[in-house]
Amino acid sequence: MAELKYDKNGRLLFTKEMKKEYTVLVPDMLPIHFNIMRNIFVNEGYKVALLDNAGERVKQLGLKYTHNDICYPALLVTGQFLDALTSGQWDPHKVALIIMQTGGGCRASNYIHIIRKALARAGFDYVPVISFNLSFTETNPGFHLTMPIIRRMLAGVIYGDMIMLLSNQTRPYELEPGKTDQLVRLWIDNISKQFGQSKGYSLAEMRENFKNIIRSFASVPRSREKKVRVGVVGEIYVKYASFANNGLEKFLADQGCEVMVPGLLGFLMFKVDARIQDFLIYGGSRVKYTLAKKLLNYLEKIEQVFMESVDKFSDFLQLSAYQETKEPMKGLIGLGNRMGEGWFLPAEMVELIVHGYENIICTQPFGCLPTHICGKGMVHKIKDLYPDANIVPVDYDSGATRVNQENRIKLMLAVAREKLCKA
Amino acid sequence: MVIGLDVGSTTIKCVVLDEKDQIVYQTYERHFSQITAKTVEMLQTILKKFPDQREWRLAISGSAGMGMAEYADIQFVQEVYAAKVAAEHNVPGTDCIIELGGEDAKIIFLGGGMEARMNGTCAGGTGAFIDQMATLLDVDTADMNALAEQHERVYTIASRCGVFAKSDIQPLLNQGAKKSDIAASIFYAVVNQTIGGLAQGRPMKGKILYLGGPLTFMPMLRKCFDEVLGVKGICPENSLYYVSLGAAYSAKQVCDLPAAVEKLIGYVSHGEWETLPPLFQNEAEYQAFCERHATADVPRRPLEELMGPVYLGIDAGSTTLKAVVMDQDGAILDSAYLSNAGNPVPVIREFLLALYQKRPDIPIAAACVTGYGEDIIKNAFHVDYGLVETAAHFTAAKRFMPDVEFIVDIGGQDMKCFHVRGGVIDNIYLNEACSSGCGSFLQTFANALNYDVEEFSKLGLYATGAVDLGSRCTVFMNSSVKQAQKDGATTGDISAGLSVSIVKNAIYKVIRPSSLEDLGKKIVVQGGTFLNDAVLRAFERELGVEVVRPAIAGLMGAYGCALYAQSMAAPGQKSTLLSCADLEQFTHTVRSVTCGLCENRCRLTVNTFGDGAKYIGGNRCERPVTKKEVSDELNIYRFKQDYMRSLRPVPGMRKERIGIPLGLNMWEMAPFWYAFFTELGFEVVLSSMSTRATFIKGQATIPSDTVCFPAKLLHGHVEELMDAGVDAIYYPCMSFNFDEHLGDNHYNCPVVAYYPETIAANVAMRNGVTLINDYAGPHKRHDFPEKMTQILQNYFSGITRGAVKRAAEKAYEARDAYLAAVRQKGDEIIQHARSAGKRIVCLAGRPYHADPEINHGIDLLMTSLGLAVISEDCLSAKVEKFPVHVLNQWTYHARLYAAAKYVGTQKDMELVQLISFGCGLDAITSDECRAIVERAGKIYTQIKIDEITNLGTVKVRLRSLLTALEQQERQLGRAAGDA
Repeated sequence: MAELKYDKNGRLLFTKEMKKEYTVLVPDMLPIHFNIMRNIFVNEGYKVALLDNAGERVKQLGLKYTHNDICYPALLVTGQFLDALTSGQWDPHKVALIIMQTGGGCRASNYIHIIRKALARAGFDYVPVISFNLSFTETNPGFHLTMPIIRRMLAGVIYGDMIMLLSNQTRPYELEPGKTDQLVRLWIDNISKQFGQSKGYSLAEMRENFKNIIRSFASVPRSREKKVRVGVVGEIYVKYASFANNGLEKFLADQGCEVMVPGLLGFLMFKVDARIQDFLIYGGSRVKYTLAKKLLNYLEKIEQVFMESVDKFSDFLQLSAYQETKEPMKGLIGLGNRMGEGWFLPAEMVELIVHGYENIICTQPFGCLPTHICGKGMVHKIKDLYPDANIVPVDYDSGATRVNQENRIKLMLAVAREKLCKA
Repeated sequence: MVIGLDVGSTTIKCVVLDEKDQIVYQTYERHFSQITAKTVEMLQTILKKFPDQREWRLAISGSAGMGMAEYADIQFVQEVYAAKVAAEHNVPGTDCIIELGGEDAKIIFLGGGMEARMNGTCAGGTGAFIDQMATLLDVDTADMNALAEQHERVYTIASRCGVFAKSDIQPLLNQGAKKSDIAASIFYAVVNQTIGGLAQGRPMKGKILYLGGPLTFMPMLRKCFDEVLGVKGICPENSLYYVSLGAAYSAKQVCDLPAAVEKLIGYVSHGEWETLPPLFQNEAEYQAFCERHATADVPRRPLEELMGPVYLGIDAGSTTLKAVVMDQDGAILDSAYLSNAGNPVPVIREFLLALYQKRPDIPIAAACVTGYGEDIIKNAFHVDYGLVETAAHFTAAKRFMPDVEFIVDIGGQDMKCFHVRGGVIDNIYLNEACSSGCGSFLQTFANALNYDVEEFSKLGLYATGAVDLGSRCTVFMNSSVKQAQKDGATTGDISAGLSVSIVKNAIYKVIRPSSLEDLGKKIVVQGGTFLNDAVLRAFERELGVEVVRPAIAGLMGAYGCALYAQSMAAPGQKSTLLSCADLEQFTHTVRSVTCGLCENRCRLTVNTFGDGAKYIGGNRCERPVTKKEVSDELNIYRFKQDYMRSLRPVPGMRKERIGIPLGLNMWEMAPFWYAFFTELGFEVVLSSMSTRATFIKGQATIPSDTVCFPAKLLHGHVEELMDAGVDAIYYPCMSFNFDEHLGDNHYNCPVVAYYPETIAANVAMRNGVTLINDYAGPHKRHDFPEKMTQILQNYFSGITRGAVKRAAEKAYEARDAYLAAVRQKGDEIIQHARSAGKRIVCLAGRPYHADPEINHGIDLLMTSLGLAVISEDCLSAKVEKFPVHVLNQWTYHARLYAAAKYVGTQKDMELVQLISFGCGLDAITSDECRAIVERAGKIYTQIKIDEITNLGTVKVRLRSLLTALEQQERQLGRAAGDA
């Protein structure tokens, strides 16, 4: 039985013994990506389980143990953890929790503290919470993000983005129902296996894998019907997590739409770039700037391989490279806007519009601070600049009901369909 | 023929068109949540009416019709889209549609890029809102229109949601404002809400259509829209039926109508909802429950048998008036529970007259009044004592449970909960502007479903499918109910769900205990809402504790007052209460005036009573009452305002004038930028202190209706500067604040950091004004001059590096000087207060809480209560960095924690935290500040502020705090005396 150890500020640590004995619970945000990434950690000797528990009990637990005005994602994740701890599925003395901490001026960087407070209130103060971050704000003896893991995770992000991009353009048109999802599962297994053999994350191997993945999706027989194309952007958690957005992608599929959800890589690049932009705007330490620049260059290289592959082996649509999204932001929003989704949110909207996804749902938790500005605040100006844009902001929270959200989206779709008919 | 159905939240509208699109049949009915049944009934009527018609087309529209249409495979048309189709068909050339419905408000722009906006998850200002307000005024909606037409003046009423508006209207009513003026004010509030919430920067002009019930039935509401928009809108023929017409025009599918009706009959509920276990399994369980609660009662004696002196207690609550006549043993001789019908004065007079009639010789020894109407009743009837509500409830609760630890009172529209520790009121929780879920909410719902509230709640006692509605505000609850209705929940299921949600709202939204055990085991519940057995049961079950509910739960405030009067009365005392003769002569006139004693220009209602007694309401400070100047000496907020006012424009070497909007972080950065640009030779103009007009001026361009009020005010400041003819407005984005070494980082919150982007993207610049909102980094002192030179050179000629560097030096000096001045003034206030024996309150928030329109004069209220007011930045520098249990990375928040810590070390200092509604970060800071203060054994007080202008609840909170502190001191004194 692993001993409970604390750091000098009284924070419970995740120790090396725990790594052997404990199961790390991860709230699932993006099923494709997270399944690949889980396998990376399993291969590293961690016991990992993805939490996809949903439903009213999770929400109620979240409401009960967090401040009601806190952001919806924090509430849901807290609820998921508490639901898991009390489900009987795990021994609470044998689990640890992990939560992503992006840092930055958004209150989201406080999630970990909110979760710890909630755990203490619920009597689970002996459950360690690991901060998953790249700024090394909190460290744990039993959890290290080594360079190989980081590289694999990046590769995992890319493969996830690739599979998501392709499947989103295949599934709505597949002639044989279920074919696309079959491929998705197949590739998740395939990539995870490669990672297990320390393969699949060099640029050359990626190139090879991309080719095969793209070709397999391209070969799925598809109909040529015209569907309403919808882009989904917004606060990262509610944008991706179907539990948070009331099954948005499924709803849109049922409404006969093709959905484009921009990938995770762009967001990562944006977060790295924020350090660069801070330096350019305000000045400061050149060392951090140079480091960030190197990392961004590496990401750009991967992005390049990704994009070249899609263009070379298929006619699937993809959005522009990260750096190219900046130009249209001139006169719209500053690149110094770096909290939450920052300037990259309107950049994604513009990207979607110019690539034919002018019907956009901008999702955010109710009362989300950064998206007041970079989401809802930008809609007016974007519509001025791109008159065809058909954007609907939708708020998500425990009190907002699906019927209202769907009604708003249906209005957006009615306008979209009218345009589609006229075209 | 074609049928268009519009299934809305409260009504179903139906049209039948012939092949030439002519209306051959139309009907409009309330569905009382029997949606499917009503729809089937309507369709069957149509089938009977047109027996020979073979070919039908049918389309359904409206939010409540979605599920039904899906189930029966009937074409569904989104309702806003349907309205658009109908408008294009019937009134070609329409530019803009304004449609208000039962629970929705919509604006549809047709010309130049179609756009449609609906009210989001947080919005009032709809038909249901008007209904609610009409109930409050005790008139029907038709009367309300007639009343509004006679108005003379308009009051400011927050329009965002019913709860906000109610708490604005109630004090107006209690202060004696005229119903006609209030009715008109409500209409203007709806107009402002629609424009502010939905227009989002797009101007409404050209040909405007008014649709939907409220706009059809209330010409005065249309007039208000016309006036505010500066247009003459049209309310077309069939304005109620536009959505159903649009559905009919869009109906493409030929439909086998009899088969569709058959199928709909089968649509009971295919939807599912989260259910709660029934409140009671069976009758026996309910009986046992009732018997247990029946034991908590007080004796009643007939008035006729009365011997000794009696004590009168009055609780003038928000929607109801309660009165108790008590003898010296605490037995109740007479009591009343009355609706205040919008004006408490005549109701109390009636009650007293009736009392005198029953016992002309009644020996009233003392009387005491509490509640919203305390002041006016006390003045009108010469009541001996006034008591803050919390103290009244505590006094009464002790009678039933001497060692009570926790008291929950849920009344008509307010909720009061508090701990009792060591016999002293501690930690008061009041529902602030946002939370609803009180009694009047249940009542409104019951009425909407055509039940009285008692009947309605009984329906829920044994409901097996109680709907889990969560714990959120009324607007959300409405839509949850809508969803449940759509899914086929019965009225009983909904009733039980609402009762549970009231309880959850009280516990999780208002009280928010860190654990339920925190509330203790000795709990007394009171207030009219707890007379409802379903609510009581839900409460006990949620807490897992058997609580005491006195049989006089609804009268506890009044009973507490009577007990208090008894405790205060000297032997042989005779009450100063008006005699029977006085009451018969009693007159009451109301006059409204604008106070001219300071720039706040409060709208006052002056009540004059027959004997010359006067009562003034609507004032933020005591000046119009006492006619005495309030001393600003002991008020740091006043000091900050004066400091900003002192930054006057100075014509410089350059010809350009630069405007700085005095909002958000500018409340601290203004001295910095003022010195910076003045030194560079610009003439610097600060926008003036915010007023209500500032908000109205800018509201049309606010893109997010849920952003905090301080941010919303910025739009008005920018408009004002453009009118002032400045050349440029300087309002920079700033990710970072200065590092004061109190936290782990020094960010600004996202809204403070980037609101200039919102201004740039939504407020159109005019008069040739340039907005300069480039990212600035004064926190990097070394790089700042260089970066700033680059920015300014983009806008102005003749900017040199050297000059910027010199200006920057001046700017940093000015900032240091300002902060030092605040600290010094803070120290002076502390010293003065100490030598004068005054209590010191740290009214903690952010720098912009010094804005009088944001703090609504809470600082003045405090000084009028004899307190000295300092702010968090007076104290934060006195504390070293220390570990907190949250991520401490925002400069302003680090100050809050530091100030909280310091207050904990000072005997004569209290912390009162100001929280802006919609400030997500305060969810974090308030919990942490509370923990810090409570660890030091102090009482934490929080005040939530928004657009709202009512200081009533704030006053209750502050008076309760003071009462609690006095009690505490008295006990300490007693303990010291014993030792």
